[in-house]
Amino acid sequence: MSDFLVEMRDVRIEGRSDETWMPIINGVDLTLKKGEVLGLIGESGAGKSTLGLAAMGFCRDGVRISGGSVMFDGIDLLAASAEQKRQLLGKRIAYVAQSAAASFNPAHKLIDQHTEAPVQHGIAGKAESAADGVELYRKLRLPNPDEIGFRYPHQVSGGQLQRAMTAMAMACRPDLIIFDEPTTALDVTTQIEVLASIRQIVEEFDTAAIYITHDLAVVAQMADRIKVLLKGDEVEEADTRTMLSEPTQEYTKSLWAVRAFERPEKPPVASDATPVISVQGITAAYGTVDVLSDVSFDIHAGRTVAVVGESGSGKSTTARCITGLLPPRIGTIELDGEPLPLDYRKRSKEQLRQVQMIYQMADTALNPRKSIGEIIGRPVEFYMGLRGGAKRKRVAELMDQIELPADQYIDRLPSELSGGQKQRIGIARALAAEPKFIICDEVTSALDQLVAEGILKLLARLQDELGLSYMFITHDLATVRAIADEVVVMKDGVVVEQGPKRDMFKPPHHAYTDLLLSSVPEMDPDWLTNLLKERGVDNIGDAAVGKMS
Amino acid sequence: MSSVPWILGAIVVLLAGGWIMRLAGQKLTGNKPFFRDMPLAVAFGYVLGAALVLFGIWFYFQPAVTQDGVPVASVQFFRWAVQGVLIGAAAAYLFRLVGRVVGTAGSRKVFRQMPLTAAFGVLVILIYAFLAIFAPALAPHGQEQVFGQANIVPGGNPALGGNPDFPLGTDQIGRDILSRLIYGAQNTVGIAFATTVLAFVLGGTFGFLAATLRGWMDQALSRLVDVLMAIPSLIFSLLLITVASAWVSGFGLTVAMVVIIAVIDSTRVFRLARAVGMNIVVMDYIEAAKLRGEGLPYLIFREILPNATAPLLAEFGLRFCFVFLTISALSFLGLGIQPPLADWGTMVKDLSAFINYASFAPLAASVPLLAAGAIALLTVAVNFVVDWMLNRSSGLKD
Amino acid sequence: MNPVIKIILQRLALGLLTLFIVSIVIFTAVNMLPGDFAEAILGQGATPEAVAAIRRDLGLDQDPVTRYLQWLAGALQGDLGNSFAQANFASFVGDDSGVRTSVAQQIAPRFANTMFLAGVTAAIAVPFAVTLGVLAALYRNSVFDKVANVSTLTSISSPEFFLAYVLILFLAVLNPLLPSLSNIYADMGFGERLQKTLLPALTLTLVVTAHMMRMTRAAIINLLASPYIEMARLKGIKPMRVIVHHALPNALAPIINVIALNLAYLITGVVVVEVVFVYPGIGQLFVDSVKIRDIPVVQACCLIFAAAYILLNLTADILSILSNPRLRHPK
Repeated sequence: MSDFLVEMRDVRIEGRSDETWMPIINGVDLTLKKGEVLGLIGESGAGKSTLGLAAMGFCRDGVRISGGSVMFDGIDLLAASAEQKRQLLGKRIAYVAQSAAASFNPAHKLIDQHTEAPVQHGIAGKAESAADGVELYRKLRLPNPDEIGFRYPHQVSGGQLQRAMTAMAMACRPDLIIFDEPTTALDVTTQIEVLASIRQIVEEFDTAAIYITHDLAVVAQMADRIKVLLKGDEVEEADTRTMLSEPTQEYTKSLWAVRAFERPEKPPVASDATPVISVQGITAAYGTVDVLSDVSFDIHAGRTVAVVGESGSGKSTTARCITGLLPPRIGTIELDGEPLPLDYRKRSKEQLRQVQMIYQMADTALNPRKSIGEIIGRPVEFYMGLRGGAKRKRVAELMDQIELPADQYIDRLPSELSGGQKQRIGIARALAAEPKFIICDEVTSALDQLVAEGILKLLARLQDELGLSYMFITHDLATVRAIADEVVVMKDGVVVEQGPKRDMFKPPHHAYTDLLLSSVPEMDPDWLTNLLKERGVDNIGDAAVGKMS
Repeated sequence: MSSVPWILGAIVVLLAGGWIMRLAGQKLTGNKPFFRDMPLAVAFGYVLGAALVLFGIWFYFQPAVTQDGVPVASVQFFRWAVQGVLIGAAAAYLFRLVGRVVGTAGSRKVFRQMPLTAAFGVLVILIYAFLAIFAPALAPHGQEQVFGQANIVPGGNPALGGNPDFPLGTDQIGRDILSRLIYGAQNTVGIAFATTVLAFVLGGTFGFLAATLRGWMDQALSRLVDVLMAIPSLIFSLLLITVASAWVSGFGLTVAMVVIIAVIDSTRVFRLARAVGMNIVVMDYIEAAKLRGEGLPYLIFREILPNATAPLLAEFGLRFCFVFLTISALSFLGLGIQPPLADWGTMVKDLSAFINYASFAPLAASVPLLAAGAIALLTVAVNFVVDWMLNRSSGLKD
Repeated sequence: MNPVIKIILQRLALGLLTLFIVSIVIFTAVNMLPGDFAEAILGQGATPEAVAAIRRDLGLDQDPVTRYLQWLAGALQGDLGNSFAQANFASFVGDDSGVRTSVAQQIAPRFANTMFLAGVTAAIAVPFAVTLGVLAALYRNSVFDKVANVSTLTSISSPEFFLAYVLILFLAVLNPLLPSLSNIYADMGFGERLQKTLLPALTLTLVVTAHMMRMTRAAIINLLASPYIEMARLKGIKPMRVIVHHALPNALAPIINVIALNLAYLITGVVVVEVVFVYPGIGQLFVDSVKIRDIPVVQACCLIFAAAYILLNLTADILSILSNPRLRHPK
């Protein structure tokens, strides 16, 4: 009998696509001792979730384990019958999913879902288990632990649901919990609370865990050991501190280096320069509810203004006001000192050309039925009046600028491109109009970090070459640090602070900016511990209550 | 109820059979997951299915004629049904095989991924199209031609009251049934097709306009459609046809029916086109095109329509089936396609009395079923194809 | 006010409004007819006195709005006017005082018969379809699922009269188990009535079961892909409980909708099936009246069909609102 709780040897997993089986995991070993936390990181397509589920002996539909062995506490999970595995799941191995909002059944109360596993596995009675649930809610610092369980999932906020799900995973006091990107869908300030409570409860019950994420800083806080995956292969594995300080493999080093990109500072703008875009006191409403009030800022030629805020802060609404899709109720928007009509339908072709937009989801931003050549060619034809050979030449030039070889890609459809390539096409389409000003709406948040870095570098280069102005909407402070010249921090439709980047990352701050900045996980494994000490444990619970209201 | 103990007994036997089969499977395969994780209910299902297949085979080989020479009609009909299914499946299989070898790389790939049911559907649709287009050349007689002899028995055997000139016999006023069946392909299918196209032009245009323009026009059209859809469509068309029959008759009434059904059906198309259009309109690439300053025609024809073809094509198939069945039902009730045009629904109505001769003259009884079956076969075929298309576009592997 | 009650009241009001507009549509459609019914009924050779008598009798000499309001007021009190065929007959024999059956009297027993047929069909089809649908979803891609898929597609695609004649062929002509004609009388016992209704009911069952089963299957499979079902399986819940406790409560709304849709479809389906089996229901009366252009009867039948249709859709709407926890338990 080995002393491992989980022992996976040479595991191979395949997924079905178009009637054939394609490899997802190519022979990976994974071991976990009792009470140990293993961080599993990798970019999308690395197979980390699939491997995590395989540790439970579970495969999604259309996926199969084709080789190797999976042992859990001496039980061979690949040879076990469906019934034997069912007896283990929920009872000795539990799972915490990425989206708690989708993973709680909307038809039942939280506490009923909490008690289901213990009752069905015959571990505890319903009342007993419910009482234990309330106790766990209390430990996890959920507000109103005595009554929150009697709510339905849609009545509880995302961060609280994620903690309730952690409590549910603990209901049978399992030996192992798989955390599958539990904080990816949350805002940074909420993420902290969830991370703290997960870590606390795992330590308290000495539960072993596999923590799956793509965020290095997060995994640094949670794991004892880190394993890096790339396209179904293991890159390397080491204990957390070693891995962070001395990674051995090139891929790991490049992952680590992403956070170091920062473009050089630019000289301050002349005080009498006319801004390219000037937003002056705009207030906008959806229906009768004001979602923006009195927002003002300037964007100068060749500069990047980052608009930062969490979901619901009004940053995307600001972009819709500038493009004219949502005419503001009060206020004006000037382009080169000339007021722009507020409704885009009233703007001239020339005015429309000067303001371009790059979208977050490249998938929905490109018409799936049009080839790359048609997508980039349309604005060339529409604004510049180029046709035939001249148009084709211009499209090739643009594709050259975004570093995609035209002869290979010009006839492809968007679906034949990777996420990063699609985003580049979106950039080329914006460039084709030869604008002065581009709005970048969370352009890197759907991409893996290495790819995202490539996009940021490309945008920086284009800015230097073409003198473009950017408005960069993001929730990610690392992106701000990398590319911004000036920062506008928004919360609940109001600008809470604005100024040059230099000043923003140095105290003193507005209280909210401070919360936002300090909540961004850092690569230091002691960061969370120190932060919790600094804020005081009670403070975290208070922040949660504060968010609720 | 004396049959209850028999049914209970059969269930017990089948359950026992299932249990034994599972046990044997576990032992023979060395406990493969297939048998290991099989619930008893599933094993029961397998044994029940096997029992039904065995019964079918046994019944198929029962004598079709008693020793006295009297036909056993149930066996005869069962054999025809089984043979029909087998021939259909074999033809579809061959057709798919040919499609996988002949044609462009793209078409070969389509045939490789095609399930048998869809291949069957495509084949049947092609045959119907061929019949409809070349009906005048293929039919031995005219559709309105009346011959002296009525009610000739099908089969073409003079000894049994048939006539080789009329392989499927003649109807109650002496018209050749085979010719009328072939012309029926042209009339029934053609009229249904025209109706569906008209419904799509109407519903599709207004649906996309409503989705793109929104505002009062969308509101007005949607409310109108809500009201029209609150009346069951067959009832509404019957009512309107009654009204129309006061003005026109014969061929004119058939045209009126086409317009009435097209308008009623266009409400369903409108709903779908609007919903599909709305899903596309919220996409960022539409917003990008609007912000570029593109006009309405470019938005509808170049950005929205290319992305709506797949769902619209599937809907076209479904709506065609629906229209086709509605027209057939109206004709069956005597209010659809008007004589002298040959039409399957009308033929079923006219020939339905033959069914009662089934026990002593299976051939004669099969004629009305042939006309009704011709309707069913085409709708089944279209549905098979649409089902496959929907499965493919939704990307559902399970 | 509780938002659920508010939504339900809104839907009820909307349903009533729709019915009102539909009644206008039906009335207008009928009154678009050219010339005069009175002439149309009596034909060319009618004396002007007879035409005028009928016109007065039927109220055709008043303006359309007044006639509509009278018709509506009558309909609300259960008076659907007099059948033209009856009026024609009465004037023809010159007996104006005789006992005339009103449309309502004519329709009432037939309406009951149709309801009986629809009820028997629903009682067989709904449980059957939902069970089959759940099984097909549970064992999707199995042989059972594929056989069910092909056979339901076939049965949806077949015209009602095809299914009816196939059933007649096998269950009435070749094996005389059931009567092929459904002649039903008012004072028939329940058992005999059921036996005579069974064949048409089976025909309708074949049509609606297929559709309901496919939609139930699709609704459940749709749900089985959702994260909370995966969560339930990862909690080690038994497969049957996953379906019944986790999937079914969330699939209720689509399933209820599909059942209502098919019961509504029955209303149209009965027309053809009643004609095939000579079942004395409202559908057959409707078709007969259409053929002889007996306008008051056509109008009344249309209104009844539409009302039943709207009512069923309304019920489905309300039931699916009630089954939605988001609406039942607002934030």
